[in-house]
This record gives sequence, structure tokens and C-alpha cells, in this order.
Amino acid sequence: MNDLIEVAYLATAVCFILALKLMNSPKTARRGNLLAAAGMALALIATFFLRDPTSGRWVLGNYEWMAGAFVFGTVAGVWSARRVQMTAMPQMVALFNGLGGGAVALVALIEAMQVGGMGHRDMVQAVTTVLSLFIGAISFSGSLIAFAKLQELMTGRPITYFGQKVVNLLLLAGCIALMILLCAGPYSLPLFLTLLGASLAIGILFVLPIGGADMPVVISLLNSFTGCAAGLAGFVLGNTALLIGGGLVGASGLILTLEMCKAMNRSLENVVFGAFGSAPSGASSTASALQGSVRSYSVEDAAIIFASAESVVIVPGYGMAVAQAQHVVKELADRLTAKGIDVKYAIHPVAGRMPGHMNVLLAEADVPYDQLFDLEEINPMFVETDVALVIGANDVVNPAARYDKASPIYGMPILDVDKARTVIVCKRGMSPGFAGIENELFLQPNTIMVFGNAKQTIAKLSSAAESL
Amino acid sequence: MTLIAVIAIFVLAVFVGLEVIAKVPQTLHTPLMSATNAIHGVILVGSMIVLGAARDTPTLVLGTVATVFAVLNVVGGFVVTDRMLEMFKRRPKPSEREGKS
Repeated sequence: MNDLIEVAYLATAVCFILALKLMNSPKTARRGNLLAAAGMALALIATFFLRDPTSGRWVLGNYEWMAGAFVFGTVAGVWSARRVQMTAMPQMVALFNGLGGGAVALVALIEAMQVGGMGHRDMVQAVTTVLSLFIGAISFSGSLIAFAKLQELMTGRPITYFGQKVVNLLLLAGCIALMILLCAGPYSLPLFLTLLGASLAIGILFVLPIGGADMPVVISLLNSFTGCAAGLAGFVLGNTALLIGGGLVGASGLILTLEMCKAMNRSLENVVFGAFGSAPSGASSTASALQGSVRSYSVEDAAIIFASAESVVIVPGYGMAVAQAQHVVKELADRLTAKGIDVKYAIHPVAGRMPGHMNVLLAEADVPYDQLFDLEEINPMFVETDVALVIGANDVVNPAARYDKASPIYGMPILDVDKARTVIVCKRGMSPGFAGIENELFLQPNTIMVFGNAKQTIAKLSSAAESL
Repeated sequence: MTLIAVIAIFVLAVFVGLEVIAKVPQTLHTPLMSATNAIHGVILVGSMIVLGAARDTPTLVLGTVATVFAVLNVVGGFVVTDRMLEMFKRRPKPSEREGKS
């Protein structure tokens, strides 16, 4: 019977691999996700039939506890997943990731308690147990801090203090020492709990100095961590499904993390240790310089510009997400299209709070994904664009990234909206973006600012465009 | 399983992960992150095993908490990913335009 279960675990692993493969195209991605879920269900069902190889008894018991956990987890999981706004997706993923990390850490802890109690253990088990406890706990507490930052339960700005790196390094060294002690020395529950506490502290301290704008990278990195930790737990339990599933996620999470860093033209070290956006030095002086030359238009005046336009590129940012403006944006785009205007969307890789965040929101509004263009595709087209409509985006269209070496976003590829004939910027006010820096785009002679809530502004723009 | 077999499985899984993900378009990065997030919920198998074998109250309680966490991770992760991916559509042809609930 256990051989059959091994086969089931292998089938699960194949499902996961094929699922990730199907995620390569929007056409098949949904099927991919369902396949992964089916694979997961198979592994769970198979696990119920595990038997102890020596005694032949069922491995699983405590069914009433398990049933309770499953019912509660499923109800809460479905409820929160159905209820969450698309805008809040990054923090939802962070939360689920944290729970996964917490589960890994707890499994490692219980395994240590049980094996320790029985007195037999080998080196590999000991090493993988402490490592999965360590990484799982970091992922748990780190993800919760990331969640709190994105949910604005705490400040999104980096929290730094004197000697921060030294404290973190000491803590890390302490954890390593504890892990060696636990592997080499006799079993000790207090030591395990100390390691758990220290690892949780590392997770918190590691995420605190990272700014809200970089949270997606952190979540992706912690996602990779949880994957690795789950894979290590696979070593502990000798379980193929865990080994392969964990390994896959560990690797893919890392790739995704590096891709995101590349999109921002920054190294992973810079994201993690750079305390990006902490010191908007000199920002106040430029802010006052900005005031004078901004051209603020009413919605009606701005709408008239569309009358003579043949091509419009819409550049959405987090402001669109916050205002839930994606549906009115789509309505405006439809009206412009009906007037014979060519409408495209330009999506910056890190627009919003997560890579691909804008794509999800526009998809929610039924915008077909073949109207969305990424940075490399759209940038050469801006020269021939009549109107670039920037909705709640800021840092990703800041021309300073191209030449101002003092700017924190220097070198980040940006959308070249300033090259369009007219730039219309919809924004709540002149406040700087998430990275905490001013934007000279708003000063340019071809830029028109329309201030107000994105949803109301676009809705008015849309009805004004209708009557052109 | 021998140690070397276990290591081999893990290493190969890592390489498959690197290979399979490298081609995912930016459009799908958010759902992908969410889907891989659900996949590492496979730790649920581990938490079931430790909970199922728990003999005393502390392990029973900890195991139950671990299982609740893992179930949330799996169920929430897959449902949320499905919700996102459901919305990704091509430009609808007039004939097959279907209503959205």
C-alpha cells in the first residue's frame, strides 16, 4: 500500500510541474492552477492511507482534531480568498505565505519533540529539522510584517535604527551557533524554543528596514524561503511530495525574485539591505520648486484634448488600484475606441504593489490582455502617441530615472510617457510616490495635471469624452 | 529511501523549478507567485503526518495549529489564484461574449 502512496506522491509532483508549465500562458494558466490543486488533493488523500512499515498500523490518527482543522481552515481560507479585493492581493499572498512558513516551523518543532523524546535520530534529520524550523519561522514572522506594512497596519516606510546591521548579524550568528549546538549536542527543548524565538526575531528585523515599495520582492523571496523550508521538511519526514513541491517553489520563487529586481534595475542586496525610500533628502526643496510651473486642467478641458487625438496610451499605477478605477478606465477606453481612437495600455513591470498587479486589475475590468503592452514593446511607440494618460502612476514614469544619478530610482527602466505629444496625469495631489521622491514629469510643458480621485476623474473624463 | 536518493530528488526538483519558471510572462507574475505560494502548502502533508501521530496534548495542539495554517495556505492560495486567472481573457469575439457573474 505504501508503494502505491509513493506513486501518488510522484503523480502529485508531476501535476505541480505541469501546472507551472501551464502557467506560462494566460490561455492555459487557469487550468494549470486547477491541476496543481488536483495534485494537492491527491497527495492529501494518499496520506490518509499511510501505514507504519514495521507495525502495519495506520500512521494517521486523531481524526477529530484533523477534521476540525480541515473544516476551520477550509472555511476561513475560502471566505478570505473570495472576499479579498484585487487591490489587496499582495498582502493576501503575504499572509498565506506566512501561514505556510508557520506550518513548516511547527512541523519541524513537533518532529524534534517526538524524535527527541524517543532518543533516536541521525545527523541528516537533525540538520534538516533545525534548518526547516529556522527558515520556516523567518518566513512566518517576515511575511506577517510584510502583511502589516502593505495593509498599512504600520508605516510602509523603512524602519532603521543605529547598529541595525550589527544586531541582525549577531542574531544570525546566534541562530547558527544554536543550530550547531542542537545538531551536535543532546536534544534540548528549551534550546529548540530559543532557536524558534530567535528565528522569529530575525524575520521581523529583516523586513522592518525594507520599504513598502519593495515588499513584493520580499514576499517573493519569503515565498521561496517557505518552499525551501517545506522541501527540508520533506527530508525530515522522507516525503517525496514535500521534497519536490518544496524544491520547485524554492527555485521558482528565487527566479521570480531576481526577475523583479531586474525590472527595477537593482540588486537583491540593495533591495534587502538598502532601506530604499527612507531618506527623501532634498525632496522638500524640489517640491517647492515644482509648485509654480504645474499646469492644472479641469476635467472638461482635459477631455477636449482627446478630440484631436488618434492614439492614446493609458498608463495605470497604484492610484488606479486604490481608487478601484479599473472599470471606469475600461469604460473610457471603450468610448475612445468607439470614436476611432487607438487605445493601448502600458504596463510597467513594477507598477502597483506587485509585478503583474495592474494586469490582474485590468483583467478584472474585462480588458483583454492583448491590449496590454509591456515596457519594451510600448516605449518606442510613445513618440507617435498623441496622448499618454497616466492614472495614479508616479515613480514608473519619472524621467529622473534616466539621468539623475542622485535619484534613488536612477537606472530603473521607466515608461517614456514624456515623449508623447501630450501627457495627462490624473493624480490625487502633488504628493510624491511610494518611493518618496518628486517627479519632474509634472513640470514639463507638455504635461497637464488633473487633480482628484482617479475614479471620479476618469468617470467625468469618460462622460466628457462621450459628448465630444 | 537512501540519503543520496533524497538529495537527488530535491536537487532535480530545484532545477525543474528554475527551468519551468524562466519563461513565464510578466502578465502572469502575480498569479504565479500566488500559485507557487499555494503549492508550498504541500507542507500540509507533513502537518497531517505529525498531527496524526501525535500522542500528547502539546504535540496535538501544535499539530492542529500547523494543520490549520497549512489548510489555509493551500485552500486560500488556490482559490485566490483561480479568482485572478478567471479574469484573464482575450479580446472577446462578438459571438462568444459570455456574461460575467
